Amino acid sequence: MTAASPPEVLRAPLVVEFPFTRSLGPVQGAFLTGLRERVVLGVKASDGRVVVPPVEYDPVTSEEVRELVEVAATGTVTTWAWNDRPRPNQPLGTPFAWVLVKLDGADTALLHALDAPGPDAVHTGLRVRVRWAAERTGAITDIACFEPDETPAAATGATPHDGVFQDAVTGIVAEARLDYVYSPGRAQTAYINALSQRRIVGERCPSCHKVYVPPRGACPTCGVATTDRVEVGPAGTVTTFCIVNIKAKNLDIDVPYVYAHIALDGAGLALHGRIGGIPYDQVRMGLRVEPVWTEGGRYPDHYRPTGEPDADYEAYKELI
Amino acid sequence: MNKEPVAVVGIGQTKHVAARHDVSIAGLVREAAVRALADAELTWADIDAVVIGKAPDFFEGVMMPELYLADALGAVGKPMLRVHTAGSVGGSTALVAANLVAARVHRTVLTLAFEKQSESNAMWGLSLPVPFQQPLLAGAGGFFAPHVRAYMRRTGAPDAVGSLVAYKDRRNALKNPYAHLHEHDITLEKVQASPMLWDPIRYSETCPSSDGACAMVLTGRAGAARSPKPPAWVHGGAMRSEPTLFAGKDFVSPQAGRDCAADVYRQAGITDPRREIDAVEMYVPFSWYEPMWLENLGFAEEGEGWKLTEAGVTELDGDLPVNPSGGVLSTNPIGASGMIRFAEAALQVRGQAGEHQVPGARRAMGHAYGGGAQFFAMWLVGAQEPTG
Repeated sequence: MTAASPPEVLRAPLVVEFPFTRSLGPVQGAFLTGLRERVVLGVKASDGRVVVPPVEYDPVTSEEVRELVEVAATGTVTTWAWNDRPRPNQPLGTPFAWVLVKLDGADTALLHALDAPGPDAVHTGLRVRVRWAAERTGAITDIACFEPDETPAAATGATPHDGVFQDAVTGIVAEARLDYVYSPGRAQTAYINALSQRRIVGERCPSCHKVYVPPRGACPTCGVATTDRVEVGPAGTVTTFCIVNIKAKNLDIDVPYVYAHIALDGAGLALHGRIGGIPYDQVRMGLRVEPVWTEGGRYPDHYRPTGEPDADYEAYKELI
Repeated sequence: MNKEPVAVVGIGQTKHVAARHDVSIAGLVREAAVRALADAELTWADIDAVVIGKAPDFFEGVMMPELYLADALGAVGKPMLRVHTAGSVGGSTALVAANLVAARVHRTVLTLAFEKQSESNAMWGLSLPVPFQQPLLAGAGGFFAPHVRAYMRRTGAPDAVGSLVAYKDRRNALKNPYAHLHEHDITLEKVQASPMLWDPIRYSETCPSSDGACAMVLTGRAGAARSPKPPAWVHGGAMRSEPTLFAGKDFVSPQAGRDCAADVYRQAGITDPRREIDAVEMYVPFSWYEPMWLENLGFAEEGEGWKLTEAGVTELDGDLPVNPSGGVLSTNPIGASGMIRFAEAALQVRGQAGEHQVPGARRAMGHAYGGGAQFFAMWLVGAQEPTG
């Protein structure tokens, strides 16, 4: 059979999120602990400039820098951009300005948010001060945001600081989250749609004639589009397997169980699945199996023995 | 115009451990880089470019090491490149750096690879919940174990071979002060008695999860002439890739691995790798991959790799020592693991490997692979400047 005009391609959200940890080391650790104590620290670079937020290594000479200094919680906006539509987890829920603020005593600018009524209220050179968060944990969010402040620049500059605090913060948790819309594309959409009729349908390469299951729309060896749809199986051969004795996170399968590569009859390569309906220690390479579907499952729940004689090794060794 | 000969004149590693909570990622890479510079008796000013590698970004979250680490690696005002080839990345990173020297684009290049696995989650990074897709029904080792079983079936290798590799590598690691696992009370019986996680792979036959970094300073002939210690010369280097899945893919002995090794041997003038190479640092994340790669890399005929392991040929005092450093089985900061193989091969031919030195090693091979047996990177280093 040939591919009909493509039906609607599947799409679904894919959210990738994870709480990553970060060890801070001596400089970032002092900086974030300082924020918890309402102290903003910078570091003195080899050319005498005060870098805020502090860095571990000199931006010019690359030498290790450790001379911490305290700067003021007030400063001057050096540039800005208005953010009309704040996204979730940004510093403020209402429209605000992203600002670079050179704190009094610092020679470099810090990126943060400025709470202002609108873009007309923001300009380069605007005087601002830190608005501290009510609850501070040793994170950049301990600075809730900046707010306009009419007081002129303090003349004191940076003052030496040993960076030592009680209960120093040594690590942070950084929540990372990415939102995608995922589409498996034309070929896999057809494959997935066929699964709902409990059929396993691959695509044949017009050049090497191998049948790809699942199909990816192209043959990775020949580099040409696959078009002819071919139903494979339902029976197949266990080409190789392992016995899983430890529970994997997020998998609700009782151990031990067999995870196998299964070459469905007619397929050019093996797919994977769980073997059931036979004690785990009796599964073998060459075992003939067929899919077992359960209500509501997109994929076969597992594969079970068909009762046929085992396949000869020579018949499937190229598919391992 | 001939290529510039490439020499390794500085090598630095961190002491690899399960978790380095005392340093940031910048602090971790810095340690390795500073040690490599010290080994070469060079300063940041002597470095013309930096080439860095690590495993996929998802392992440690969204990050741009090539940007964030520029200060720590002295790369301000210099070219900085990042290489990205899954588990083989440490090897391919070194090769990109070597090629920059060979092409006379830069005179002296710092190359570095790292992973801070304690602050990452490799398993999560490799198993994103992609809609409509069938989840992998096994943990990390479940991907590899079926290939090991296929190797055993194909070659008739006895079950005990995997344990022999793990026992050897863990003992070798005791001689390497930078290795992560130092199991002083290791015995073969303990390896064999360890739990079978993904049958046929036992717990003790798997690699650890490490924090660590490895750096090298690569330079040309003029830089090598000023080197305070003997340089290691690059005699050949190659990378190959192939799709993760395709009809006819041989997971036991991937074509890309065979082709990559053949290219390296051709460049280095090697016709009999078993006889002409004195030590091998190969990427063995699960013990059975030693005999598998012995065949894939041409050290043994097909089906014969396990016999070398079983006969003790790959032991530190055998005639083809494999992973004298203890290998990936003893130290695995994923992104750095390939570069550690390359660096350890260089240490051997420089005579700088300390207690795990293979006496008189003149030619050594470093090997890395990654993805689903998708990327291969190898180099062959020698004590003598290559001829021709």
